Amino acid sequence: MLTLTSPVETRAHRVPAGLKLAGLAVATTGLVQMHGAAVGGVLAGVVVLYLALGPAFARHGLAMLRPLWPFLLVLALWHGWTGDWARGAEIAGKMLAAVALANLVTMTTRLDDLIAVVERLARPLARLGLDPRVMAVAIALALRFTPVLFWRTGQLMEAWRARSARRPGWRVVLPAVLLALDDADHVAEALRARGGL
Amino acid sequence: MERTVTHVALFAALIAVLGLVPKIDLMAGVPITAQSLGIMLCGTVLGARRGALAVLLFLLLVAVGLPLLAGGRGGLGVFVGPSAGFLIGFPVAAFVAGLVVERWRVPVGPAAFAGAVLGGIVVLYAFGIPGMALVLGKTLPEAALLATPFLAGDLIKAGLAAVITAGLANVRPGALLSRN
Repeated sequence: MLTLTSPVETRAHRVPAGLKLAGLAVATTGLVQMHGAAVGGVLAGVVVLYLALGPAFARHGLAMLRPLWPFLLVLALWHGWTGDWARGAEIAGKMLAAVALANLVTMTTRLDDLIAVVERLARPLARLGLDPRVMAVAIALALRFTPVLFWRTGQLMEAWRARSARRPGWRVVLPAVLLALDDADHVAEALRARGGL
Repeated sequence: MERTVTHVALFAALIAVLGLVPKIDLMAGVPITAQSLGIMLCGTVLGARRGALAVLLFLLLVAVGLPLLAGGRGGLGVFVGPSAGFLIGFPVAAFVAGLVVERWRVPVGPAAFAGAVLGGIVVLYAFGIPGMALVLGKTLPEAALLATPFLAGDLIKAGLAAVITAGLANVRPGALLSRN
């Protein structure tokens, strides 16, 4: 499955994942407490950071921010109406900088590295009854079965189109749920047959 | 044990699929993402505990960088954006939806509808609106106003969650883990 890790290899890819996550936590906490021009400074810094990793990478980073445009529009309309532009710009700047920084970590860290960090962080949970091995199996199963269920739901929709002139609607959800339930039973049996968890 | 793990994993995958499936038209011509329908179904079908675990697993996959949220979004950025509150509320929403179906001994349909409304709307908005207020720098009533356009769609989804859960109880009564 495709991840959001950038295929453009950069220097930041080689920084350890734990270090990047810790840095992100510190930066985001600091950003929340900032006001006025400082927010602009941080935003400029984030832009420089992206550009330093190459123009292709920066373009990819910009595309990752696209889902935020409806919120920027709301802020522009709202603060355009109240006339308090400075406050609106500060809020928008904070939002963009926080999301861009978090995206930066996502784009420069491989999936296996992040899962390794999750496993390390989850180790203390073993005492609460969450076996890290069980969690690893659950992650692997969900990863493997997302494309499988996606493909089979697609088949359900194809079958629908073959029978009906109308577009497939919410009625495909029930058979999709049944597919998930059946698969879960089969996989549970298969796991048990191989010695269980 | 094995069944719990596979149900949690498969329903995490199901939430992802419902967000990725291109435009399931919930009503004629109204393409709404079916992802929050998936959250409601996790609760009403799997029950409180497994449902919440499935949603948590789904969020974990999103956090480590898989583009599984509706519209192909994902990564750590979504957890600091304006919709972060809704994401944090997702597992609680599934838990509450499941709890209602487990505890309220009325026919599955009405129980699932009540659960989906209470979990998937009341509880979810109780998390989502403060999140939006925080990121967008608005007061709570202002943020609530910004969230109201989604209320109609979410009510439809709660209705669909009820119909689908009742349908499932009909065709495969044993599969409804929230009632077994």
